[in-house]
Amino acid sequence: MHVGTGASIAFWIMAVVAVVSASGVILLKDIFRAALLLVVSFLSIAGIFVTLNADFIAAVQVLIYAGAISILLIFAILLTRDVQEGNPSNRLKIPGMFMGAVLLTALIVVFVNTEWRLSTEAPLDSTTAALADLLFSNKFVLAFEIASVLLLAAMIGAVVLARGEDE
Amino acid sequence: MAGLEHYLILSGIIFSIGLVGALTKRNIITILMSVELMFNAVNIAFIAMTRFVTPTLLTGHIFVLFIITVAAGNLALGLAIVIAIFRNRESVDITTAASMKG
Repeated sequence: MHVGTGASIAFWIMAVVAVVSASGVILLKDIFRAALLLVVSFLSIAGIFVTLNADFIAAVQVLIYAGAISILLIFAILLTRDVQEGNPSNRLKIPGMFMGAVLLTALIVVFVNTEWRLSTEAPLDSTTAALADLLFSNKFVLAFEIASVLLLAAMIGAVVLARGEDE
Repeated sequence: MAGLEHYLILSGIIFSIGLVGALTKRNIITILMSVELMFNAVNIAFIAMTRFVTPTLLTGHIFVLFIITVAAGNLALGLAIVIAIFRNRESVDITTAASMKG
């Protein structure tokens, strides 16, 4: 069970772009450029969602991650005016990289050796309507409302925290 | 050809990059960016599982929508805390925010 040939080519290109730009995020000295590379990584991940027939999630990824979250990050970088300090590592550099390598090795061994129960059904052509039916069905509508309350709480909390005590 | 394993391995690579960044960096904003990378890696795994294991059942997509929601709220609060710390300490170095260290 594979995706089609065109989708495979697109997958390899965007996988390479995503991994290279994600490594750039933690390797670059300039944190502003790291944030821009993070946007590249988000966009190529949106392309990977398209190769997986997830059109609505890809649009959400572009809107929220590449649009809103990256602008929020760049604003925070500009507001903290600490760009010249760079992107140094703490004293956990060697143990941290070791843990990452161990986790990656374990994950790859598990992924390759597991017998996945692959389905041969054809994926949906357009997921948006089916996703809306499911999201507003009895199964998920309560979680949807709780997510709205969570976003409201996060927004109020962010305003209170960022405003400070002096006003 | 790209199958489920390729997508899952890509997800694992991006998750590990995010983990290394979150564990080893001193700049709080880089740590937040690494956490966002980890969220994205998990999303890739969810969408790939949906595509290859249950193509007509979109529960994985619903989970990704909620993960994106929580990640956005998470990052907004995280950046507000970064700005509050920067106002108090004039630095975004995580090692200077150690006043609760025993």
